[in-house]
Amino acid sequence: MEAFAQLAAASNLTGDEAKAAAAAGSAGFAYGLAAIGPGIGIGYIVGKSVEAMARQPEAAGMVRTTMFLGIAFTEALALIGFVVFILIGL
Amino acid sequence: MTVFGFTFPEINSILRWQDLFPTFNKIALIAVAASLIGIVIFLLAGNQDGTKAPKGVRNLAETIVDFVEDGIVMQTMGRQGLGWTPFLLSMFIFVYLCNLPGIIPILYMPATARMAIPLFLSVLVWLIYNGVGLKHQGAGYITHMLWPPGVPTALKPLVGVIEFVSNILIRPFALTVRLFANMLAGHILLVTFALLTEELVAADAIALKPVAILPFFMLVFLTAFEVLVGFLQAYIITILAAVFIGSSMAHADAH
Repeated sequence: MEAFAQLAAASNLTGDEAKAAAAAGSAGFAYGLAAIGPGIGIGYIVGKSVEAMARQPEAAGMVRTTMFLGIAFTEALALIGFVVFILIGL
Repeated sequence: MTVFGFTFPEINSILRWQDLFPTFNKIALIAVAASLIGIVIFLLAGNQDGTKAPKGVRNLAETIVDFVEDGIVMQTMGRQGLGWTPFLLSMFIFVYLCNLPGIIPILYMPATARMAIPLFLSVLVWLIYNGVGLKHQGAGYITHMLWPPGVPTALKPLVGVIEFVSNILIRPFALTVRLFANMLAGHILLVTFALLTEELVAADAIALKPVAILPFFMLVFLTAFEVLVGFLQAYIITILAAVFIGSSMAHADAH
């Protein structure tokens, strides 16, 4: 919130301060936007996996392993967004 | 950083600890302890008479070996990957024991929330899967990696670049960041809710004090969640290492 107030008043700030304020304001967007895609993706993966396990309980072990693999690959995108958030925000 | 008059500590002050003595800080202490605990458990288990029914620490050790063998190696590499069980087993135990201090009182710092340990493990896995690929498939490993079978010749330059970047550069980077960022995120969440609870309990306005119960419940819930995350991340980094090594050696005669 404070970051937005600073952004609004950015015209009074010197170059470095304005840059820092813009970074603080955009850090939240960086993580928020990075979380959308992986959120949908992980939901899809887990939903489909539950469906598969319910249809064929004997294949549950294999499906679970593959599900974790898929989650790990999808989640990486959100985590890179989180790292960017740390790098530019704090 | 201050939000609503609530001061969040600098990222350095929640991650960086003072050196116990030069070049040896508490992260290193946790890493050393994690390796020692793993070694001691398996030495004790190995000393028991294998012909009798297992008891005590041997039960624990056999459960872990079973888990890694059936849950990770057999699922991803099959029978030919059983030789990699010791490596994956030690990696799993080490990462898990490094994650666990994130929720142990007094320590409260996962050693994997610093880049060094995940990065080292990823570079190790990178060296191993490339080495295994070169050993099992020779020079064919390179061409196989750059161009999956059946790619039209016209697309080869494009596919080659994409596959090179994804297999050689992105894989170890993503492996590092996955473990590191997960543990760091958990650590920051715990710090945030602990500070919020403390700040609300110490608030001047008497009406604010009972509200502290909300972040406190969240803190308890997140601590339980971190138990799960610590295990899951150790499992995932091990299973991905197994998949990478398995994919390097699987195609020797498949195509």
